[in-house]
Amino acid sequence: MFQKWKDRIDVTDIVMWLIGLTLLSLVLWGSISTLRAGLYTGRHWVDFLIFGLAQGSIYALIATGYTMVYGVLKMINFAHGEVFMSGPFTAYFVAIALWQSDFLDNYPIIGLMIIFLSSMAVSTTIAYFLEKIAYRPLRGAPRLIPLITAIGASFFLQYLFLGLYGSGIQAYPDMEILTGFWMVAGVRILRIQVVVIIASVLLMVALYSFIMLTRVGKAIRAVSEDKEAAALMGISVDGMISTTFVIGGMAAGAAGVLYALMYKQVYFFMGFIPGLKAFTAAVLGGIGNIPGAMLGGLFLGLIESVGPSLFLDGLGIVAPYQLKDAIAFTMLVMVLIFRPTGIMGERLSAKKA
Amino acid sequence: MAMLEVQNVHAYYGKIHALKNVSLKIEKGEIVTLIGGNGAGKSTTLRTISGLLKPREGAILLNGENLADYKAHQIVTKGITQVPEGRRIFGQLTVTENLDMGAFICRDKKLIAENVERIFEMFPRLNERRKQVAGTLSGGEQQMLAMGRALMSNPEILLLDEPSMGLAPVLVDAVFETIQKLHAAGTTILLVEQNARMALQVASRGYVIQTGEVVLHDVADSLLNNDMVRKSYMGEN
Repeated sequence: MFQKWKDRIDVTDIVMWLIGLTLLSLVLWGSISTLRAGLYTGRHWVDFLIFGLAQGSIYALIATGYTMVYGVLKMINFAHGEVFMSGPFTAYFVAIALWQSDFLDNYPIIGLMIIFLSSMAVSTTIAYFLEKIAYRPLRGAPRLIPLITAIGASFFLQYLFLGLYGSGIQAYPDMEILTGFWMVAGVRILRIQVVVIIASVLLMVALYSFIMLTRVGKAIRAVSEDKEAAALMGISVDGMISTTFVIGGMAAGAAGVLYALMYKQVYFFMGFIPGLKAFTAAVLGGIGNIPGAMLGGLFLGLIESVGPSLFLDGLGIVAPYQLKDAIAFTMLVMVLIFRPTGIMGERLSAKKA
Repeated sequence: MAMLEVQNVHAYYGKIHALKNVSLKIEKGEIVTLIGGNGAGKSTTLRTISGLLKPREGAILLNGENLADYKAHQIVTKGITQVPEGRRIFGQLTVTENLDMGAFICRDKKLIAENVERIFEMFPRLNERRKQVAGTLSGGEQQMLAMGRALMSNPEILLLDEPSMGLAPVLVDAVFETIQKLHAAGTTILLVEQNARMALQVASRGYVIQTGEVVLHDVADSLLNNDMVRKSYMGEN
């Protein structure tokens, strides 16, 4: 009995568990000492939470693009971060034109709508042609090949937009309706963060309803499960794959404007880190699973915002916020080691069985 | 003119010559069966008719129209629907959603609703489980769902690939009863089976395929009494 048990465990497992345990105890130790030191008050934590939710809902919107494409093509679209960048970077010029003509001040809601629509249109177009030009000819090729192509497409798009719009960091115009804060039950909440959270939740509900309730959504799920059987039912597999990229592009374009409004800046490289984070969120939630990606995004945003001060401050680290990316990617590694199927992974493993 | 005609088709998987000069004819309202051993090319023939595999040589004609330029999903709109081997239902979709996907080419909501009712009448078990996720159905129920799903497109020709595979004997009988019911209702059927005896009992004609070649073609009754068929495919000495 003991012998059998010993045979099944090798040194790597033990090292992995030790690393996991060490990290876990560090996190616990850090959290306890932070809380005991009383460095932050309740209001600070509420601020962190709301910022985390806003940040996380943007990740969640991008992550749905990764997860849906993985669903239909079993491939990570590493150029999705650039799909996310292309929209708001282009819409910046629309925003500036509207701002200079005072349109944005006089009709802020309509102005925002125009900015959103132009960003979504650009991101959608890029996503559509990305699939058509870069991925479709490789359908049926070994899985590594489209992956490498995706990385190539990512660089191509980055430098395309660098060439088109220049390398400078552009600032989105300030809008009066999005600045300032609201007081809710004695807590100060930044308006922009509320807007980001509400807009993202609405978009996610719309996207999820589309996938679950419409015929095209059902057909996309059918294609994710079995392409040949779907084709035998008269479903155009290529058409559904294009549709998936279009939906992912729309979500990314909208997320891009929210991101730009929150951080006020756009540039050609802005898609890289959020893209990686959203990919992390998609893996966290269980890649291929849409609610999982949404939850993963929110969770990652929260951890990134609460984590540095909660886990690291108590350990005496000088600049904990500089380590938020380290926290995010450590989580990715831990998930890949200990729960490769992600938070909502059961369904994925059931699908493969 | 035959309804479906496979003319001298050669098909390949990579370098493997899977179909060698295969020719078949199916008249309207007939049940024709294709029998043969494992890897003989039965499923490949159906895949080629459905457009999942394109013939390198030869032609497939439906009512005289060459299907060469159509993709798999377009061939469904021409009136050929296949129930693939192993059922291949969408396990994460509900029973109703599966049926709805079967009618994907149909835009008429009333017609779809009528078809769903017709299928539920034919397979009352599916009606009981209409909201259930299809992956949780039993093997027999999944086969009913696969056939029901294919019928949702009102096909002129139904291609059935091993519908009795992996089913308990009582369910095999039910599947063959369904096939006869469909035939009585006027559906033309091309049936691929390893269970040669039962297939030849419902079919009017049969083709025997070996290593990608049609080696024998006759009316079903003669095939049932053919020594080679009895030995190779019915387990008799």
